[in-house]
Amino acid sequence: MYIVIGGGGQVGYYLAKGLIEQGHEVLLLEKDGRRAERLAEELGETSVVRGDACEARILAEAGTSRANLVIAVTGDDEDNLVISQVAKARFHVPTTIARVNNPRNEALFRRLGIDVIISPTQSILHMIEAQLPHHTLVPLMTLTRAGLGLVELTVPPTSPAAGKTVRSLTLPNSVNLALIVRGDTNLTPTGETVILPEDHIFALVTEEGEQALRERLLNEGNGSA
Amino acid sequence: MRLLILGCGRVGATLANIMNKDGHDVTVIDLNSEAFDRLGSDFEGSTIVGDGTDEDVLVRAGIEEADAFAAVTNGDNRNIMAAQIAKYTFAVDKVICRIYDPIRQETYNALGLESISPTIVGAKLIKTALLNEAPRTKSAVQSIAEGRSVPLPEPQKSLSTKGATGENR
Repeated sequence: MYIVIGGGGQVGYYLAKGLIEQGHEVLLLEKDGRRAERLAEELGETSVVRGDACEARILAEAGTSRANLVIAVTGDDEDNLVISQVAKARFHVPTTIARVNNPRNEALFRRLGIDVIISPTQSILHMIEAQLPHHTLVPLMTLTRAGLGLVELTVPPTSPAAGKTVRSLTLPNSVNLALIVRGDTNLTPTGETVILPEDHIFALVTEEGEQALRERLLNEGNGSA
Repeated sequence: MRLLILGCGRVGATLANIMNKDGHDVTVIDLNSEAFDRLGSDFEGSTIVGDGTDEDVLVRAGIEEADAFAAVTNGDNRNIMAAQIAKYTFAVDKVICRIYDPIRQETYNALGLESISPTIVGAKLIKTALLNEAPRTKSAVQSIAEGRSVPLPEPQKSLSTKGATGENR
């Protein structure tokens, strides 16, 4: 695969290195001259070009029109957005991946047609949340194409759902309870399954479903604080 | 109308003053509070210090009630991102974006983001002045200096059409 990477910071460097090791043809674009020189020493002259990946001229010189994948991983969200959009609009690159630093930009990037959005801040936050003993809803994974998230939650003793059957919760279709882990046993929930405090529930949800789950099981009126 | 201007540089400040003088309700956003010095003491609009690509800042500046949004910071990409937030997240009716890089400007105009490249406009005006192609004034340079309008060369198709076709959603 031919992969063009915009931004030769830490992420860009290790990404390029890993992809080259996997046998891909990689071109890393870095606008800072001195940084680009150092990257070229590490990765090889043919894998690094000095230039601003936001500029169509640089992307053209990099042969972006034959790239299978463009990855934008600079430290600036606006640059990553422009790299991905220009790659798609001008060079018809089939897949664009962009890093967002501000998690709030994820929705915007998705709306603007970026194929895959990576939010390190959000990932770290979720990992930390998963380690905290609070009874909150933890997003484990996003299935972008399906528009679904896999979430985990622990039923608090004060949950309005505790002691009730799944059916009586009248959860919307946008919530799909996949698994309940109770102590050492795994249960596949049915309508008759009674929810108990300290149950670990794994569910596939849409955004709207996540909200419903928070309301019915955690008694959170307004989602994430 | 209620106008939000992002970037209080020379263009942003001048635009803010012109629109304010014309009776419009103007709010200017800039990262640097000292930039607002350019507005002068006659400016009666509002100023907000903050990052114009941050939705919270835009909401604080009243984007939800704005009729128009102009992104005129010195950064092309910053303008492009802020303008797209205004257009697609907040559905502002009129969004104009300044993009210096002519290729990027052309790309985004094609994507439906109404944008202006001062590089192209400036070069064309100067060419007009150099060749004295302006038939209605004695000197195009004189008109620019006096702030009068100069007959522009054929407007670009993409600038005159209302780009918001929504095909990019």
